[in-house]
Parts: sequence; structure tokens; C-alpha cells
Amino acid sequence: MFLLRILQGDRSGQLFMLVLIATLVAVPVMAALPADHALHLSSYTVTLLGKYLTYALLAVAVDLVWGYLGILSLGHAAFFALGGYAMGMYLMRQIGDRGVYGNPELPDFMVFLDWQELPWFWFGMDQFWFAMLMVMVAPGLLAFVFGWFAFRSRVTGVYLSIITQALTFALMLAFFRNEMGFGGNNGLTDFKDILGFSLQSDSTRMGLFIASGIALGLGYLSCRAIVKSRLGRVAVAIRDTEDRVRFVGYRVENVKLAIFTFSAMLAGIAGALYVPQVGIINPSEFQPLNSIEVVVWVAMGGRATLYGAVIGAVGVNYAKTWFTGALPDAWLFALGALFVFVTLLLPRGIAGLFRRRGGA
Amino acid sequence: MLKNPSAQWLQRDRVFDFLVPREVEGLDLSHGTVLYMEGVSVSFDGFKAINDLNFYVNVGELRCVIGPNGAGKTTMMDIITGKTRPDTGTCWFGQRHNLLRMSEPEIAQAGIGRKFQKPTVFEHHSVFENLELSMAGPKAVWPTLVARLSGEQRDRIEEVMQTIGLAEDAATLAGSLSHGQKQWLEIGMLLMQNPLLLLVDEPAAGMTHQEMDRTVELLSSLAGEHSVVVVEHDMDFVRALNSRVTVLHQGSVLAEGRMDDVQNDKQVIEVYLGE
Repeated sequence: MFLLRILQGDRSGQLFMLVLIATLVAVPVMAALPADHALHLSSYTVTLLGKYLTYALLAVAVDLVWGYLGILSLGHAAFFALGGYAMGMYLMRQIGDRGVYGNPELPDFMVFLDWQELPWFWFGMDQFWFAMLMVMVAPGLLAFVFGWFAFRSRVTGVYLSIITQALTFALMLAFFRNEMGFGGNNGLTDFKDILGFSLQSDSTRMGLFIASGIALGLGYLSCRAIVKSRLGRVAVAIRDTEDRVRFVGYRVENVKLAIFTFSAMLAGIAGALYVPQVGIINPSEFQPLNSIEVVVWVAMGGRATLYGAVIGAVGVNYAKTWFTGALPDAWLFALGALFVFVTLLLPRGIAGLFRRRGGA
Repeated sequence: MLKNPSAQWLQRDRVFDFLVPREVEGLDLSHGTVLYMEGVSVSFDGFKAINDLNFYVNVGELRCVIGPNGAGKTTMMDIITGKTRPDTGTCWFGQRHNLLRMSEPEIAQAGIGRKFQKPTVFEHHSVFENLELSMAGPKAVWPTLVARLSGEQRDRIEEVMQTIGLAEDAATLAGSLSHGQKQWLEIGMLLMQNPLLLLVDEPAAGMTHQEMDRTVELLSSLAGEHSVVVVEHDMDFVRALNSRVTVLHQGSVLAEGRMDDVQNDKQVIEVYLGE
């Protein structure tokens, strides 16, 4: 089978897929256990796990451009948030006349702002297929336009990182404005249902969890397919010696543009799955800090491994959940310590541990 | 090239530049010359690196370029491969390809291969993969994504690995090769590109005498089918190549001819050999 061929010779990838499938089977079973059973998973935990999976997909997208192409993007959360906003717009339209103001056409915040009609960019967002298309097209288009200018003028390294950071910051400021038509400060929230299923029900949450898991699996496979192809080898060559690649005859800017755009679309899908599970999307998702955190996950998990990004994202976020619950004040110190610890002792991340053992 | 850009619009004996087809298919070598550089000058912050340079290379010729440090040898290669744009002058590849209007990948695809002064290979790829990536063929994004090696191509890579003496190291990471081996690998990558014109910058640097002899053999065997321009400091190496020699000095050609003639040229002795 095609999917299995991608995993050929990728031992850690096979293991990762097994773990992922096992999780996708075990979690529904455990959630179905009676509430007083020791292994019972609450609906809160299921949603939390689903959220981790969307973060993991975002981390995989970042690892593709950073680990294999050498573009340290400090703005990938922007693509994540854009995908989230596209999904949020669909969910807003699904509220219909159940909003506080009961307007069947306009979301609450527009009624509040005294708008008379839907802005043009909200049209079509009540259709699921169209919204899902936008989930990929909006971040993809932004990445394409951004990359077009940045890669053509050969902006690389730290300068490119700074520009991506500025990009996400600019978007945050823009989305804070009420006039933008995305709910300003408060963002989009108070969602009711998706495709007719109530977002509050346990079964919908389970469905979203499983959808996130499948998206992560497919995202991993598609990234692995790219990395395994000759294009992937060209990408690594660009990461190491860009000039040489150019003199061999590849158009470096086109390779970068294609992979960067693909990665942004993956991030958009992750964001779209994230929003219905947390129930809100607002401009704080564009915070520069968010993008930096994603890079930290990837660095901790291990660059240029793809599955390392998943380990990093799930690991750090689990630690975050635990710390903010147990020792809320210590979280940032713990994150800092973790980062120092990993860079000093595990320069190749947690995945580097496995690799050393496997290579010996 | 006209000084005043607006004058171009008033000229009635020619069509506008943008109407002239940019890239013409196929290389025209009917005049027996593969590279023309005429009146080329380039300056960096007032320093004239290349000064009214005229340089021609014939089809199938092996040519050595020598000159003291700062004579503009590497800058000349940068201009040919599109890395540096000259201030004035023209630069043509065959009769049809205006190199000054092409990007680096376009020039590479048209058939000019380059070896850098410092051996530059893809360190995290194996020898085999280095050669595979350099292989001539479609290099756009989609064809590269779905590319599969055919048996023929595999054979070609094996063949080149034999030629450069790295057949045993097919799976070795390029980063762990010795300096001399990297030089060879980079020459191998040039061969995979199958270029018409090879620009080879200091191939003998860091090589043992034995390796040098084999390099001489290889470069000599390439001439004929390809045109080869070698920039080199090592005089023994240049003598061994036994080809026409161009001496550069302060960005222009000082002398050109057989090594023996050049060596006896008064000017050359003054600026370079006689020290």
C-alpha cells in the first residue's frame, strides 16, 4: 500500500504510527468505562489530548520547514491561528439565531457594533466545505505571498526569522481591531455545534479527538513522503549549502516557497481542529510568544525527525498542564529550565536519545 | 547598451527589449566559441575587480587561468555563473544565451557547471545522493518531488563514482570525506550536470601529488567533449595540464598563450612569476 511504502525503512515512524493508532483506539475505550473505574478518561481529558494532537501537528509543520529546510519560522502560530479563524467563522455562522441578539444572519459582535450586513469575506463561511477550503487557502495564500517576496529577495537566517515574527505580530494587532470584522479583542466564541453535532456533547468531543489524531497521522505521512523524496533531499541540501544548490540548477526560492506554503497549510488544519476543542479563537493566538513556544517544542523533541516534534509538543504541553495545575507560578521557570537542560545535555532533543541507542 | 534608458524607446531600428524573446532554445555554438566576455568591468566600493576584460573560450578547449591574488579570477567566475552582475560589458554563452540576463539556476541548466574554491558539497548527504541531486534533468519542484531513479541513471551515477574514485564510499556522508575526496566529489557533481562548460576553481588545493596527477588526467580527458576553464595557483599543476594559459592581472588579461611563452613574457615575469 502507498501509505506503508512511505514508512518503509522508517523504524521510528512505524513505531510512532503504532502508538498513535493505539491511542486512537484506547482513548474511546477508556472514555466508555464507568466513571468510577481507575482507567476512566473524563471528557475534559479527551479534549485536552485532542488539543495536544493539534499542537503536535503544528510542531510537525514547523519541523518540516525548520529541520529540513533550515527556515526558522517564528511566525507559524499565525498560520495556525488563521486556520482557526476560518473554522471559527464557520462555527459562528452555525450559531444562527441562537445568539444573544437572536439575529439569524449576523454574529453577535456585528449586531453589537451595529453592522447592517455581513462583510464580503464572511460569505460562504456557513458552508462546511468552503470553510474547510479556507482553512487551507487562507494560511497557504499568506505563506505564498510572504514567501514570494522573502525568498526571492534572498532573505535568510535571523533576518527571515525576525520578519516572520513581525508578520505574526502585525496580524495580532490587525485582528485586535473591531473594524477587521473578526470580533476584535474577544475573537470568536460561544460556538454551538459543528455539522449539526453539539460541541458540548461527549461524542462530538471524541469525534474531534479522533479527527485530530487522523490529521496528525496524515500530516506526518505527507511530511515524511516529502522528506523521503528527492525534493526532501534538495531541501536538506538548501539547509546546508544554499549556493551550491543554486549552481547545480535548482531554483532555491521555488523549493522554499512550495514547502513553506505546504507547511503553513498543515498549520492551518491544526488550528482548525484546535478551535472547536477549546471553544474560542482570539487575537492572542497570534502572540509572537506562541510561535516561539512551538519552536521550543520542536527543539526539545529533536529537530529534523518529525516524530521528535510530536514528542516535544505533547511532552511540553503535558508538563505545562501539570505545572500550571500544581505549581502555577513555577511554570515559566520550569519551561526555561527544561530548555536550558535540553540544549546543554540533549542537543539533538529527546529523539536524539532514541537515535543514539538505535544506532549503536 | 545605451547610457540613457529613455533613448531606447526612441530608437526605431530595433524592437523593444522586452519584446525580444528572452531564452532561445538550444545552444548555438556554430562559431566554435562557447564563451564570450567582452569589455566586462565590475567594481566593489570603488575597487575595480574586473577591468575591461575580454575573454573567449573555444568549444572543447582546456584553458588555465592564473594570476596573483586579487587579479579577479574568482570574480570572473562569479560573473559567468550569474552570482555577480558586471557594471558594463557583455557576456554570452554560445551565440544565443545572454548570461547577464539569466539567473544562477538558469545558467546552470543551460550548461555551465562550477566548482568552488572551497570544496562545497552537501555534507549531510551520502556520496551517491550528492551525485543524484546534481544529475542533469528537470529540476522544477513537482518533477523533483515525484522523481524516481531509472536504471540508466543509476548506472551513470555508478560510472561517475568510478571515475572520481569514490565507488567504495557510495553510502558515506560527504561531510566525513577528506579534503581531497571532497574536491573529487565536487568534480563528480559537475560531471553529473553534464555541462558544456566547466569552471573549476583551484581543484588541486589540498591534494596529494598522486591525487593531483589523477586530477590532471581527469580534466584533460574531459576537454574535447566539454570546455574546461581551470583557475589554479599551483604552477606544477598548470604545467602538467599543458594547455593554453591566460594570465590575469588587476582585472584584465595580461598575456595569453602556451605556458612556455607566457613564462618568458616580460610583463608576466614582472607582475607574477619573477618574484
